[in-house]
Amino acid sequence: MITQDKLKAEDFVARTGNEAVAEAMRQINPDVVAAYPITPATEIVQIFSGFLADGLVDTEFITVESEHSAMSACIGASAAGARVMTATSSQGLSLMAEVLYIASGLRCPIVLAEVNRALSAPINIHCDHSDTMAVRDSGWIQIYAENAQEAYDNLIQAVRIAEDQEVKLPVMVCMDGFIISHGLEVVRLLKDVQVQRFVGPNKPAYSLLDVEYPITVGALDFTDFYFEHRRQIAEAMEKAKTVICKVGEEFGVEFGRSYGFFEGYKMEDAEYGVIAMGSTAGTAKVAVDELRKKGMRAGLLKLRVFRPFPVTELINATKGLKAMAVLDRADTLSTNGGPLFQEVCTALYAEDHRPKINNYIYGLGGRDITPFDLEKVYQELPKLAAGEEKAKPRYLGVRE
Amino acid sequence: MGKPLEVRWHGRGGQGAKTGAILLGEALANSGRYMQAFPDYGPERMGAPMRAYNRISDAPITIHSGVSSPEIVVVLDATLLGKVDVTNGMPDDGVLIVNTHKTPEQIRKEINLTGRRVFTIDANRISTETIGRAIPNTPMLSAVVKVTGIVDYQDLLNQTKAKLRKKFKNKPELINGNIKAIERAYQEVQSE
Repeated sequence: MITQDKLKAEDFVARTGNEAVAEAMRQINPDVVAAYPITPATEIVQIFSGFLADGLVDTEFITVESEHSAMSACIGASAAGARVMTATSSQGLSLMAEVLYIASGLRCPIVLAEVNRALSAPINIHCDHSDTMAVRDSGWIQIYAENAQEAYDNLIQAVRIAEDQEVKLPVMVCMDGFIISHGLEVVRLLKDVQVQRFVGPNKPAYSLLDVEYPITVGALDFTDFYFEHRRQIAEAMEKAKTVICKVGEEFGVEFGRSYGFFEGYKMEDAEYGVIAMGSTAGTAKVAVDELRKKGMRAGLLKLRVFRPFPVTELINATKGLKAMAVLDRADTLSTNGGPLFQEVCTALYAEDHRPKINNYIYGLGGRDITPFDLEKVYQELPKLAAGEEKAKPRYLGVRE
Repeated sequence: MGKPLEVRWHGRGGQGAKTGAILLGEALANSGRYMQAFPDYGPERMGAPMRAYNRISDAPITIHSGVSSPEIVVVLDATLLGKVDVTNGMPDDGVLIVNTHKTPEQIRKEINLTGRRVFTIDANRISTETIGRAIPNTPMLSAVVKVTGIVDYQDLLNQTKAKLRKKFKNKPELINGNIKAIERAYQEVQSE
C-alpha cells in the first residue's frame, strides 16, 4: 500500500515477515512479553528474546508453559498498566481462545502478532485463516497483512489503536504463515526514534498498581451489568473504526505509507471484483493486470481490517461492480460459505443495488493459489452477472 | 509490471539451497532491487531433495504463489539429475547451473536436454579446498552472479564479507575461506 516513496533506496533491507515483526517489537520496546513458541510464529519471540539478551529492550520476558498461560500473563500485566505483546499461531491461538475473551472483556489493549496457520486435524503447519476466523467473535480487532512490510507497519499502528482510550481493546496483527512469516522480501524499516515517537508513551487510565485509586478487575457481573459491559465492547469496536483510519492516515503522513480498511487495486472503473485478505491479495493484483490487458475491467478489493467489519466502506467500495467473488482462506463448514462471504453478504443485503456475489474457499493448509487460478475466478463473474450461473459457495484448487 | 525473474535452487536438505537463495536475496536487496527468497517447507530431512526460490524485479513484487517457470535453475547436487526434473517449467532461453566436475556438454547429454544454456562449476571441490568442507552454496552463488550478472561482483564480495563477519566472529578462517570460494568460482565456471 505504498502511496508515496518518501524513503530512499538505502533504507531497503531484506527481512522475513517474522524478522520484520520482531524488529517492530524491539522498536516498540514493550514492558512485558509473555509467549510460548509455536511454528510458524516461533521465530518472532526467538528473535525478540535475542534482543532481550543483547540488552536492546527493557522488556520483562515471561516464559510460560502454554499459550493459555501466555495470554493469562499478558492480561495480568496489561491490567497492571503495562504495554504488553505476544505472538502465536494456529493451535496456540485455539488454546488461548478462552482467555482471549477475557482480554477483550477486561479491556486490555494487548497486541498479538498472529501467524495464520491451519488447524488440526489432519496436522498441517501451513497457511490458512482457520485459526483467526475461529476467534473472530472474541472482541479482538483483527488486521491482516499482504506482505512483510504491512505486517511491520500494522504492528506499529496496532499499539496506537489498542491503547486509544476510545478503544481499549486487544489487537491481533495477522500475516500468512510461511508465505509471509518465512519469505524473505524487501522491507523498509523505520528508525527507532520514529517508531517510539509514533507509538508514544503508554498512558493507561486505570492500573491495578495505582494504590491512590484502587480498582477491581475481573469482578462478578451477573444479570445486573454483564449485558451493558458486553454492549460497551461493541461500542468500542464501532469507535475503533474511526481510530483505525485516523492512525492509518497519520502513519501515511509520517512515513509515506497510508492505510485504511481496504486497499482498492484498479477498482475505480472495475465491473468485476475480487475481495481477498492476506498474501493472496498480492497474487490477485497480478491476475487483475493480466485481465486488464485482455480487456476485462477487473479490480481487487483487499480487506485489511476484518474486526471491526467496515460495512459502510464495503458498500461504497463495491457500488460500481456487476459481480464479485469473495475469497475465503477458511471454511465455516456450515455449507453456507466461508466467514468473509457471510460478512460481505450480510453487509450488502439491505442495499437496493448490490453486485452478484460468489464465494470461493481456497488455499486450506497452504495449498498454492496462482494468478492463473484467480483469472479463472474472474472469468466466471460475467456469467454470474448475466444470471447464467447461480451463486453458490465453491472450492478452488481442491481435488474432488 | 512485467514478470519478475525467477530462480529455482535444487539441493538436498543440509546443503544450503535455502541459504543460497537467502544470500542472493540479501545481495539483491542491498543493491536496491526488489526480491523474494523462500524455500518449499516440508519435513526437514537431511539429504532429502528440496527446493528454494528467488524472484527478482526492479518493481515491487506482489505475487505470492510458488515459482513454476524459473528462468534460472541452480543444482547444488548433481546426484539429483535424472531423479528430479530440474528443468521443469524452464523457458527455452533458461539457464541451468550445475555443481559438478563434469562439463556442460556432458550434463546436457546426461539429462538429454535441448535448448537452454548449461553451465557447470565444481563447487564441492572449491569449497573443500577453500572452506575445508563441501558447502557448495557460496561458490554456486558466485557462479550465478557470473552467469547472470544480476548482482555486481564487487558488491557480492563486500556484502558476503560483512555478513560473515557478523556470523563467524570467532571463526575468521571461515570468512576468508568463503571469500576465496567466491573468487575461485567466479573464475572457474564453465560454459558450453
